[in-house]
Amino acid sequence: MNLQIKQEDHENTHHLHIAGEIDAYTAPQLREALLPLTGKEGHETLVHLGDVNYMDSTGLGVFVGALKSSKEHGSSIKLTGMTSRVQRLFEITGLDEVIDIEDVKGGSK
Amino acid sequence: MDDRDLQYQKYKSILENYLQEQSEQTLYKGQQFSRKMIEQKISPEEAVSLHVSVLEELFPDIPQPLKNSYDFLLEMMIGYGFAYREHQSLRSRQQQLESEIEIAANMQQTLLAGDKPDVNGLDIGAISKPAQKMSGDYYHFVQDENNCMSVAIADVIGKGIPAALCMSMIKYTMDSAPEQRMQPGAVLENLNRVVEQNVDPNMFITMFYGLYDPRVHSFYYAGAGHEPGFFYDAEKDEFEELFTKGLVLGVSKKTSYQEYQRVLHGNDMVIMLSDGVTECRSSDGFIERDEIVAMIRKYIHLSAQEIVDEVYRELERLQEFELRDDFTLVILRREV
Repeated sequence: MNLQIKQEDHENTHHLHIAGEIDAYTAPQLREALLPLTGKEGHETLVHLGDVNYMDSTGLGVFVGALKSSKEHGSSIKLTGMTSRVQRLFEITGLDEVIDIEDVKGGSK
Repeated sequence: MDDRDLQYQKYKSILENYLQEQSEQTLYKGQQFSRKMIEQKISPEEAVSLHVSVLEELFPDIPQPLKNSYDFLLEMMIGYGFAYREHQSLRSRQQQLESEIEIAANMQQTLLAGDKPDVNGLDIGAISKPAQKMSGDYYHFVQDENNCMSVAIADVIGKGIPAALCMSMIKYTMDSAPEQRMQPGAVLENLNRVVEQNVDPNMFITMFYGLYDPRVHSFYYAGAGHEPGFFYDAEKDEFEELFTKGLVLGVSKKTSYQEYQRVLHGNDMVIMLSDGVTECRSSDGFIERDEIVAMIRKYIHLSAQEIVDEVYRELERLQEFELRDDFTLVILRREV
């Protein structure tokens, strides 16, 4: 199973719509899409995760990297619409306390 | 007759046979012969050259344009020859790398060898299986002079060699601060500082750390974003989640970790695991945490080591014997 990424840009706001599975094989693809956006000062990136049905710790690693990059470059990143399975991963790892997550339970279908 | 002549004669006889009668059997002989040529490292252009010389002997009157075309074909095959030799050298390099990884994996085994300690009144079971040669999972027991035993379970994100190298760093950090061993929260804070400074931004480590004091039958623990384990209350015959709050190691410089405590009565168990256990997928979906609990319950009458072995075997079967993630499961049970 692979990963689809759709990007929409509105001036300084970027939307990434992610669908599929984020694991060791697809994580590099996500990182390539995400990191250039968090590297832009003052820009905001919204990552829509409603159609992500599986994510492993490598996927979490990409968001940790993006978070560090946004802090370093003065940009911001927000995750939204995650399913409860994905949300549980962020909760267990305590990452929900350091990453901005918009609470839309159940995922956007 | 030297090898080359022998080869020539053999090829000639197969080809002659085939020209007389285009049988499957002769074709098959040709295939076998080519396999032998590959074994003897005969390059593609040499094979073509062999064919051409046999043809010239069998048909001395080949028209000149056809002869010229053979020279042309030979020239064409030289490129394939290069590719073939490159493939050969890559293969030998790959073998070399594989044997180096094998050595590294053995070293890791020795380094991380978590000998189960012998603690009075405690039945311990532990299993850890890597998905690949090198493991990113880790468990470690340390016993001190008061018979107290500490146990750590960690999971480095990612697999393979980078994860394994990271694991070694954890081990040395833990070994270098023995005086902290009694305070799970402080152990994790110290590790977090080291990891934060030393790992790639995309990397992090989850860890569960606990300490069992047999004098008071207490288990003190803290967690850094690790998959929660379970606590089995024997009197109530109930499993509950061994929840810990705390951020994974390596993300934020200043993080503190809350410490928890549980008293173990006779037959109570502490169950610790890595997310390879609950993240594993069978043919019809994920293995849910309840299923793990059900498996443990099924084998609860066995010793702690037998339980972890049986659960592993069952999960292996569900995944059709192909582990996708490193797998670690540790059980402590207070004996009656």
